[in-house]
Amino acid sequence: MNSDTLIPLVGVVTDIRQDTPDVKTFRVVAPNGGKVFEHMPGQCAMLSVPGVGEGMFSITSSPTNTEFMEFSIKKCGCLTDWLHSMETGQMVTVRGPYGNHFPVESELKNKNLLFIAGGIGLAPLRSVINYVRDKRSDYGDVQVVYGSRSMDDLVDYREIVEEWTNAERFQVNLTIDRPQDGWEGHVGFVPDYVRELAPSTDKTVLVCGPPIMIKFTLKALKELGFTETQVYTTMELRMKCGVGKCGRCNIGDKYVCKDGPVFRFDQLDRLPDEY
Amino acid sequence: MLKISLDRLDDFFARVASEQSLYMPVDREDGQAEFRKWTEGSKLSQRLNTVRSAKDFFFPQTENLVDFKIQGKNIEVLDTREECEDFAVFGVRACDARSFSILDKVFLCEPVDSYYKNRREHGVIISLSCTRPAETCFCTVFGIDPVEPEGDISCSTDGKSMFFKVNTPKGEEFVKKFADVFEDGDPAQLEKMKEFSRNVFKKLPLANLSTDSFGGDKMMKLFNSPKWAELSEACIGCGTCTFICPTCQCYDIRDFKTNDGVKRFRCWDSCMYSEFTKMAHGNPRVSQLERFRQRFMHKLVYFPSNNDGEFGCVGCGRCLTKCPSSINIVKVMKALEVEE
Repeated sequence: MNSDTLIPLVGVVTDIRQDTPDVKTFRVVAPNGGKVFEHMPGQCAMLSVPGVGEGMFSITSSPTNTEFMEFSIKKCGCLTDWLHSMETGQMVTVRGPYGNHFPVESELKNKNLLFIAGGIGLAPLRSVINYVRDKRSDYGDVQVVYGSRSMDDLVDYREIVEEWTNAERFQVNLTIDRPQDGWEGHVGFVPDYVRELAPSTDKTVLVCGPPIMIKFTLKALKELGFTETQVYTTMELRMKCGVGKCGRCNIGDKYVCKDGPVFRFDQLDRLPDEY
Repeated sequence: MLKISLDRLDDFFARVASEQSLYMPVDREDGQAEFRKWTEGSKLSQRLNTVRSAKDFFFPQTENLVDFKIQGKNIEVLDTREECEDFAVFGVRACDARSFSILDKVFLCEPVDSYYKNRREHGVIISLSCTRPAETCFCTVFGIDPVEPEGDISCSTDGKSMFFKVNTPKGEEFVKKFADVFEDGDPAQLEKMKEFSRNVFKKLPLANLSTDSFGGDKMMKLFNSPKWAELSEACIGCGTCTFICPTCQCYDIRDFKTNDGVKRFRCWDSCMYSEFTKMAHGNPRVSQLERFRQRFMHKLVYFPSNNDGEFGCVGCGRCLTKCPSSINIVKVMKALEVEE
């Protein structure tokens, strides 16, 4: 019988990094080494601990990484609690990759890029950011605006400070919601910071974060003169199958797992407001 | 045309059942019909339709997907799939027969659902034309001809014989296998009766229901209609409509711990349930209004939008008779149509 996407593969968790008080990044490799499967930036995978649960997570590592896949996961439910309490060497099951991806080989190519992320919303964008960094000559200037509740909640802080700020034609702007001892950077919400930074409208924007942040960021971008066709985001809804058959992750006639998770705002505008 | 005289129909069933599993509608103790496996003495129900649709044969209420063996930190994935044995389903009505082509569009598009496909390839559908419809029937609204149902083989009776019309290669194979039980018959009388039946169907109370107000291009207008609030008010979210519906195919995947591992199974789910879309951080369909709207928008707008205009309803009328709050797709269609 042919293989079925509902039958998962096995992966081994070889490294667990505590990123923030409630976010850990898990490194997953195939039992014989290497990646369990290939993916494109923005695609997702179903990660599961049999008997505990299965959930859809964005693959936060870049496809240019040939050794492993990484998932940055916030502790906020039954399965993620379990994942946060496990040790390295634990096997998990993985299936995918699912969904479309950011158009890194088409619409984003040679463009100046503006990444805007809030909290754990950096996870799906990190895949694209590192992809762009590794294929630097294919893209224009990169600006990353990233904010979180506090400096402790910035995911991948080490990578941001040590690698992204030093990358060629990379500008990184960090912000936290409220003032904090030891923080000398910007304080304020992401949408306000974007308004303040006033990025030039020649940029293509990729935004991800809590729904309320996305909403106000889009508003700020429009005020700055950006149009909806320039702005991409990635969606998250409850999923079971990952292939548009179980029937629950639709926004109107589009399934987020199959037609998404990446949407341009002009595409979302044509869909019912139910997400 | 191939035929079997009605008084020899039970012999035909016995003959088929001696070689492969045969399912057909039989009367239950409570007088309603349901598909059951043929056993000695089984009598074909004379009722119009079964309580539950025939989708169960290809998309069962629960089924095992995969097993896991777990030892410490190790997980072993066990593919427990097996090639399904040949089986036949007799007496599928035109509405349910059409439902398979709708389910096919979901489960057989890439990536193909191997569980569904396996059963689909091994199951022969022998449909049965309708002569005495119920007032709740409206299959003709969706372009279904109840006297010429789809299926691998379609059967019709003129009161004396059962005529068999072969529609697919799988049906052809089936009649070849049981060639000795068929005789050759003249369907002249049958054709006359079919014409009579078609006229009966034209006079059904729901025969003039219009689908003009629906389809993918009406998505935003219908989604934002103020009518949903009133329409959904009586819905108690029991999910009965979704379970008896021949085209509802939403499913859940769950794990069941056994002594030495985990069984992962798939079971029917319902968009009418509050947990259907509930996530750790929130729920996009917070009230019954959103859930109710989803079900009808899916059948009348989203499904046609993705499937060349084909609606996700076959007009079987089950939801009309079984909803405890008497709300159904016909009421929804009529209410939304007025707005045009």
